[in-house]
Amino acid sequence: MKGRPELYTSYAQDMAFLNTRPKRAWMGALVVFALLVPFLIADDLLQLLATGFVAAIGAIGLNIVTGYAGQVSLGHAFFLAIGAYTGAALSGSETGRVIGFGITSLPVWLLASGLVAAFFGVLVAPVAVRLRGLYLAIVTLGLVFLGEHVFREWTSLTGGPGVGRPAAVPELFGVRLDRDSAFFTAAQQLYLVMFVLLVIFGVLARNLVRSRVGRAFAAVRDRDLAASVIGVDLTRYKVLAFAVSSFYAGVAGSLLFVVNGFVDPGSFTLLLSVQYIAMVLIGGAGTISGAVMGALFITLLPRITRELPAVLPFVSGDATGAVTVFQVEAVLYGVLIIMFLIVEPRGLFGIWVRVRNYWRTWPFSY
Amino acid sequence: MDELLQSLVRGLGTGSIYSLLALGFVIIYKSTQVISFAQPAFMLAGAVLVSYLAPAVSFFGAVAVAAVVIAVLALGVERTVLRPMVGKPVFVVAIITIGVDVVVRVVTNAFIGLDVRQVGDPWGLTTVSLLGAEVQQRYLVMIGTTAAVTVALFLFFRYSRIGLAMRAVAYDQEVALAQGISVGSVFALSWALAGGLAALAGVFVATGAGVDQQLWIVALKALPAIILGGLESLGGAVVGGLAVGVVESLFGTYQNDFAPWLGPNFGLVAPYALMLLVLLVRPYGLFGKKEVERL
Repeated sequence: MKGRPELYTSYAQDMAFLNTRPKRAWMGALVVFALLVPFLIADDLLQLLATGFVAAIGAIGLNIVTGYAGQVSLGHAFFLAIGAYTGAALSGSETGRVIGFGITSLPVWLLASGLVAAFFGVLVAPVAVRLRGLYLAIVTLGLVFLGEHVFREWTSLTGGPGVGRPAAVPELFGVRLDRDSAFFTAAQQLYLVMFVLLVIFGVLARNLVRSRVGRAFAAVRDRDLAASVIGVDLTRYKVLAFAVSSFYAGVAGSLLFVVNGFVDPGSFTLLLSVQYIAMVLIGGAGTISGAVMGALFITLLPRITRELPAVLPFVSGDATGAVTVFQVEAVLYGVLIIMFLIVEPRGLFGIWVRVRNYWRTWPFSY
Repeated sequence: MDELLQSLVRGLGTGSIYSLLALGFVIIYKSTQVISFAQPAFMLAGAVLVSYLAPAVSFFGAVAVAAVVIAVLALGVERTVLRPMVGKPVFVVAIITIGVDVVVRVVTNAFIGLDVRQVGDPWGLTTVSLLGAEVQQRYLVMIGTTAAVTVALFLFFRYSRIGLAMRAVAYDQEVALAQGISVGSVFALSWALAGGLAALAGVFVATGAGVDQQLWIVALKALPAIILGGLESLGGAVVGGLAVGVVESLFGTYQNDFAPWLGPNFGLVAPYALMLLVLLVRPYGLFGKKEVERL
């Protein structure tokens, strides 16, 4: 088989993690590049990218339940909130004005946040087993509203609306990641940790979806009745999809506010859920790398629109002019979702595939 | 007793707003199998339009004009944004309507500004005496108008040619097409109807309190209403809307005495809790039809 790298002789080979040589090379290059980035660019951009990586973990989670298993969830913000508050409460100081247990070790509260969120996911899943399609979307939307109410009122945990509480304390092997250390700045440390976590969770998710479980998810998505006829246990896999998805949401939620250090109960609105849906759809539903691309794109979007006033003089940079950047930003969300769904339903991932295929046979057209 | 009566009238009043919105959702769902998340934006746009027109052409003139304008706007959205998506998965189309909602809402917000705009309604917060209890006039107007609209819609779907065509499309699109019904114009018409209803609902929400940028949230209350009633049922939409309104109002009045641990303002989210409970027992709502599945 030497010299014929794309000849597959077994299913396992075809489904391998990085199944072609260019994929391995590009992925390696990308990882090396991402590890070099913190030494090349400014701290505020690094913080933004770190937030983007965390959002990517959350988007991968939503993609598992919506993109792979086909269960539309508008309740992602609720699970993010569960994670955020579990992490913050576990690692918070015991003497503060809000609940705290003082367990600051990052792996501990990270796992705990994921597990608590997964527990709530399993609680919600029975509803999902009974409902289909848009009914499920609306029920999960109701979950966001109920959650918003609870987090608004439970002030001893959340600090109350407009006040908030400190986010989870990131401490790894005794080193506070959110403070400058001898070698790195805080932003560089957070960037690197978030990146490593993204790689870990990305690889885990990729492995999950190319396994027996992932194929069962896809079968449920494509035609649930047919899936159950060929022996896929619908209840089991729907519950599993919700559990895994909420685990990812919990992990992402606990990390999401570490960068700016503060959680406000007003953050977990329907808008947040819609943002995650937008990440999945713009990136490409049913792909891990698409979810990552979409998450980075949506996270960086505000930053890009902030630069607009320099290019387009009629857009004003503050809230005074006729057309402000904030309005442009909000409209862009809507327009981008619509444009992607109409023009490129496979999202950024689809664009990437087209570019790749174009160059593969270049200069011939096919 | 007075308190209960006031609470009920308030509940039925706001409930009739939800009913109007829910009717719009259901009309669109029945013809296109899509839940339009753009309804909140149309509702907001209707209320804002009235607040601009009312000084010029009187309140009632403004309401009529706004209902027509928003209906045309909704029709335009259907033709330009939704039509290319016919046949795509319903979830994708639903997400597109979220996109439409965001765009329309941002543009509308620019016309609201930071202040509260008044729609110039003749009722304000004045009260009348009903069976010995003081109730706000505007709630009675809402109940009356919604009742009239519901009857009109019922007659429209029962007797008019277009209404029958819409029901035929809801029943089976291909067969309707084969009978010479223009399915495309039925889609457009159902969006226009829903837009008009949303505009009317928006005006009612804005009576008394005025229009601000947060008004659109109210429209989302219609979602538990349609789920309660069942997505396919117009009657269910009306009943669901009223039920949501009454539950919300009763919780607002009595929950502090009976269940203070739920926290203040639980009434505002009570409809969602109610929806969860009902769905656990009846997954297709109270009046929805159970789906028959075939491979």
